[in-house]
Amino acid sequence: MEGYLSLWDEYGARIMESFWANLQLTFWAFLISLVLGTLLAIMRISPIPSLRAFGTAYVNIFRNTPLTIIMAFGVLVLFGVFKLQISSDFNLNFFQIAIIGLSIYHAAFFCEAIRSGVNTVPLGQAEAARAIGLSFLPAAQLVILPQAFRGAIVPMGNVLIALIKNTTVALAGSVAEISGLMKTMIEFRADQGFLIFLTVALMFVVIVVPIGLLVTWLSKKLAVAR
Amino acid sequence: MKSDHQTQASSDGPIVELRGVNKHYGALHVLNDINLQVTKGEVVVILGPSGSGKSTLCRAINRLETIDDGTITIDGKVLPEEGKALAMLRADVGMVFQSFNLFAHKTILENVTLGPIKVKGMKKAEADKVAMKLLERVGVANQAGKLPAQLSGGQQQRVAIARALAMRPKVMLFDEPTSALDPEMINEVLDTMVGLAKEGMTMLVVTHEMGFARKAADRVIFMADGQIVEQATPDEFFTNPKSARAKDFLGKLITNH
Repeated sequence: MEGYLSLWDEYGARIMESFWANLQLTFWAFLISLVLGTLLAIMRISPIPSLRAFGTAYVNIFRNTPLTIIMAFGVLVLFGVFKLQISSDFNLNFFQIAIIGLSIYHAAFFCEAIRSGVNTVPLGQAEAARAIGLSFLPAAQLVILPQAFRGAIVPMGNVLIALIKNTTVALAGSVAEISGLMKTMIEFRADQGFLIFLTVALMFVVIVVPIGLLVTWLSKKLAVAR
Repeated sequence: MKSDHQTQASSDGPIVELRGVNKHYGALHVLNDINLQVTKGEVVVILGPSGSGKSTLCRAINRLETIDDGTITIDGKVLPEEGKALAMLRADVGMVFQSFNLFAHKTILENVTLGPIKVKGMKKAEADKVAMKLLERVGVANQAGKLPAQLSGGQQQRVAIARALAMRPKVMLFDEPTSALDPEMINEVLDTMVGLAKEGMTMLVVTHEMGFARKAADRVIFMADGQIVEQATPDEFFTNPKSARAKDFLGKLITNH
């Protein structure tokens, strides 16, 4: 126990700082990938064949590429080869590249989650929207998507939870986040190896479990009565 | 654009005209050389056995179904293939569906005001006023704040009629409006429709309700196998059908009821 407490003395501030990085990655990647995923879903249900083809191609490419490879691509190719500089601050630059990588990857999953929500909306809703003179975009915005989101809360929650945990992959993108610190701590405090694992795992559990409960509650509360 | 739209609203020509309309589902010829005119104020009822193409015909008129060839004109304008022009023309054609299709996430009032506000650019306060009047007219004003799922089928269908009327359509299409209703709710919807017919609304109604056809129709169209087999006044059609198909159809109705 003393050993574990001394671990906190030594690394406590860095543990919190690193985990804060994971939470920040989650927040920004969630916002960006949700917007991007929504746009992709609109493309995939649109009447314009070229947009549909683009949406389908995007989803198939990024859903099927391992996240680690997307992250490594960001750092080794975008930064390493093409010298991509979003921020002049070295660490902030990696952090932002990681956000882009996470967003691009999870947008594909959000798109598909939203599309599964679109499938819960009966065809008659779209027909009624068209029949009163709404064209595709207003019909999607006012009638289809509001119902689709409510029908997609559970699958979207699953994507969010996966995203939270996937922020640890930012390690591959040279971001100082919690799994990187975990590796360092285990290296220097091998005596506490098991508890280090458990600590980091529990930090994720503490974040993810309430989100899971919230998702279930929201999915019931916002369900569309038919 | 809008004023142009209104000045062209000539009252002499037919409101709906179909010329040589054909549609196939694979090998099935669902609409076979359909020619039909509906003049202003006319109430046309389409009868026929299921699978005869009558619903497809009704849905083709605001292009919820595409057609293979022929032309459909609404108040002298050829139905556009897609885009803004099609949306604008659809706004002039009211549609009532068999399964109501009220927007499930919006209140009754919002269902009726959505089109006027978003399509016609009406102010919300004015749209609310118009909508409440229409809801009153169809007898569900006291349900305005509820969601569709909280209403009975008959009430939902009357809201659907109000929603279509809120767009001030030139013609109303009814696609089997009472087929999904419990028997005790059919009359409340039919009464609303009879009221509309009496006020001079141009209507095209696909239905199995012979009573409505007798009471409100100016003309009955009988369809079978994708073709218009017979057209007559309701009196003539029910008492003295000419084609063998119509005689057969009416004969089955009598034995069944």
